[in-house]
Amino acid sequence: MIDLVAGIIILIGAVFSLVAGIGLYRLPDIFVRMHAATKAGTLGAGLVLLAIAVDSQDIGVVTRAIAGFGFLLLTAPVAAHLLGRAAYLSRAELWSQTSIDELAGKYDADGRRLAGTPENSLQSATREDSNPG
Amino acid sequence: MTEFGAQFLEWSILFAYGAMIVSFALTVYRLLRGPTPADRVVALDMLALLGIGFIGLFSISTGEYAFLDVAIALALVGFLATVAFARYVYQSALNEHHKQPPADTGDEP
Repeated sequence: MIDLVAGIIILIGAVFSLVAGIGLYRLPDIFVRMHAATKAGTLGAGLVLLAIAVDSQDIGVVTRAIAGFGFLLLTAPVAAHLLGRAAYLSRAELWSQTSIDELAGKYDADGRRLAGTPENSLQSATREDSNPG
Repeated sequence: MTEFGAQFLEWSILFAYGAMIVSFALTVYRLLRGPTPADRVVALDMLALLGIGFIGLFSISTGEYAFLDVAIALALVGFLATVAFARYVYQSALNEHHKQPPADTGDEP
């Protein structure tokens, strides 16, 4: 019975991984591709960890597997957000059929801060954080 | 029933290996092809996730659960690598823009 449940979870995870790969291959621009890689990809790897938790029947392994799954779920959005912001600021090309770009014109020309934020609020912060101590 | 369950688990692991290998190939295509550096970083992130999946499948099929620690360590390293690469893409975008006028950093007296 436990084997059956673990097998089904593995199958779902495998399908998610496959969908993520196909999405990474076929989707038109980087922001859409990130959507495939971060959501479907995370779930694909995470479900395999969940299958280990179901299959092992050992409390230590279960704890570590679920902790790993939780860690993946926590970190994937952070990494995706940072990467998407960096890609937008490096002027990655949008898909020709993108219908709305809500950030268009919102950034100052140097791309460092949102237009309208005080001149030195973020600049001083980055300067401090680039040479600590 | 248990006989069938073990058989089913074995087949689903085999199917998952196949699916992940196909996904791996498509991701490597994007890694080599990707028009922008950010595309390559996304592909690297996905490769780390696929590595976690492979290690997990291997650890189920051999019953050697110690490999789980390797998967968790790979998840940690993959996250840090993605953050570092995102920062690199961001900084190089800024430098690209600041190339025309000489950068006045204000650090020198």
